[in-house]
Amino acid sequence: MNPERPILPNDIPNFNDDPLTRENVFIAKLDDLIAWTRRSSVWPMTFGLACCAIEMMATSVAKYDIDRFGSGPFRATPRQADLMIVAGTVSHKMAPRVKRLYDQMPEPKYVIAMGACVCKGGPYSKFGYHVVQGVDLVVPVDVYVPGCPPRPEALLEGLFRIMEKIKLERITDRTRERTRPLIQNPKVGEVA
Amino acid sequence: MQTAEIFAAIKTKFPDAIVEENTTNRDPYLKLKPEAILLVCRFLRTDPRLLMDYLACLSGCDYGTSHPLAVVYHVESIRFKHTVVLRVDLPRDHPVIESVTLLWRGANWHEREAFDLYGIEFSGHPNLKRILCAEDWVGFPLRKDYQYPTEYHGIPCPLTVHTLPDKDKQRH
Repeated sequence: MNPERPILPNDIPNFNDDPLTRENVFIAKLDDLIAWTRRSSVWPMTFGLACCAIEMMATSVAKYDIDRFGSGPFRATPRQADLMIVAGTVSHKMAPRVKRLYDQMPEPKYVIAMGACVCKGGPYSKFGYHVVQGVDLVVPVDVYVPGCPPRPEALLEGLFRIMEKIKLERITDRTRERTRPLIQNPKVGEVA
Repeated sequence: MQTAEIFAAIKTKFPDAIVEENTTNRDPYLKLKPEAILLVCRFLRTDPRLLMDYLACLSGCDYGTSHPLAVVYHVESIRFKHTVVLRVDLPRDHPVIESVTLLWRGANWHEREAFDLYGIEFSGHPNLKRILCAEDWVGFPLRKDYQYPTEYHGIPCPLTVHTLPDKDKQRH
């Protein structure tokens, strides 16, 4: 074969027998391929509301190193983020802002409710006049990570659940109804 | 100066302003008439023996629905390292007191917090609006007779209507 000349399709006599194609061409389903790229780079949004944010930071630095799983770049804007980790108590004053940030994220987007407060009000469940009793009243939640606060391992496990979820997605399913739980989403007031 | 000496200095200067002198408390305090607070604070701030230039804390208090609201001032002198506690009782239906922001700038946010959570109005405050709760919040949450909201901007609150149990009798 002349090394000066580029390889053309007619030069390959048999696709499977030729070592050039056998070692360099892979065949995959488009669904799998897109899901693989998406779940390998789930970028979270930089966004901590209370003490759970400290554990989220611990997850992102050297000892637990969320970057191993492709979620290292915490984006400072919702426009570039895939995952919203709601880390910390959501107050009634904050809830419209959380909703707005969620709305500004491009699809496909995922939400982890991190900590007891975000899951169901936590220690503020009875007398917390100012605390939203679970962020799923404001935005749809994909994965709940309970704990007060959850350890970094638990947050990583939540991220893996998100990845499992992305694995099941089909590109034709634009609404992602197969993987998204149907959650009641009441009207939320405008940002003051 | 010791606490007793500071109390004596205030009593000599303002004999009519004192309502009660508590020396048995772990943190002894002077209870003052509300209208005297600004004069007494200015005296504490400017008197060369006292020079209390630091307002460590200003807190609103609610001791129960059958008691008046209170404002408690913890005032310190950085130079002389002495401290004094003042307390003022205010009526529950219309608690108004003069602001001390002119004397200590740090009182600004403290007074806003007391206004936000207890509804105590500070006349003469430069920017008296809610500091923690949302601006359209209804009621003053740390009052013992606070009525819990049922919903806020469409988000339901867990308790429909709930008032805290009145613990007056156990306290006093």
